[in-house]
Amino acid sequence: MKKHFSLLSQYLIGVLFGFGLMISGMSNPQKILNFLDIAGDWDPSLLFVMLGAVLVGLCGFYVVSKRSQSFFGGTLHLPAKKEITRPLVIGSLIFGAGWGLAGFCPGPAIVALGVGHLKALVFILAMLAGMEICERFFMSKSEED
Amino acid sequence: MHIDWLAFTPGPSLLGGVLLGIATSAYVLLHGRILGISGIIGGLLRPVKQMWVWRIVLLLGILSSPLWAIFLWDMYPVQIIDAGWPAVILAGLLVGFGAQYGSGCTSGHGICGLSRLSPRSLIAIISFMFSGFVIVYVLRHLL
Repeated sequence: MKKHFSLLSQYLIGVLFGFGLMISGMSNPQKILNFLDIAGDWDPSLLFVMLGAVLVGLCGFYVVSKRSQSFFGGTLHLPAKKEITRPLVIGSLIFGAGWGLAGFCPGPAIVALGVGHLKALVFILAMLAGMEICERFFMSKSEED
Repeated sequence: MHIDWLAFTPGPSLLGGVLLGIATSAYVLLHGRILGISGIIGGLLRPVKQMWVWRIVLLLGILSSPLWAIFLWDMYPVQIIDAGWPAVILAGLLVGFGAQYGSGCTSGHGICGLSRLSPRSLIAIISFMFSGFVIVYVLRHLL
């Protein structure tokens, strides 16, 4: 029973996350590119997405920091790494280049796949290939979180 | 810099952001994990027993969210994809590689990282915003 409720909550969190992406405009690649175009007609909306998400998130993560278990009784899996590493910076720079190239990041691409955009499917397959290439040729086990 | 007031949507963007914050908070409170989409997708490549069902179910939630929006409110999400096919493929490769190598994407570092006040995530955000700005500047203003 608890397991089913837990799975259902995973699904509903996914739906809510998708709603957040759609309502905020994050799931529209053109809106992302207009945000990244600070030299042109700049659309600062994304700052408000971050503001809303982080204000709520700060509360959520504060509550979690006072707990030793999740509400479903599982252990907490929070990133433990603290040091700023080369892979962190180089990987993020590469991620940003791809983000700016098409206006897609992983979450919005899944929403676009749900809408039925063929380009989203191709993007996601390429993304999986990129992850696999990194995993296979560029990651030592010690670098994983 | 010139602000495009016609495209600017502070209200819906703030509301959507609050929903994203509720989803990430609910995820970490109920399941004890960071709601980082690249990590959740990446985990499917090396499936750990039992974990992959959870990942699939969460991703199905995101995948089906536009269908719920259409079904419940007759709201069809606006998505304009200008990038051509080669750009889409290259972008996918870069995003996948970069998220894996940099341990996160816009959700994991962007939303969860800032909410956790993680210096690592702040550096990641500055890095991907910087290269995003540069690429868009080159594509829209130099080429």
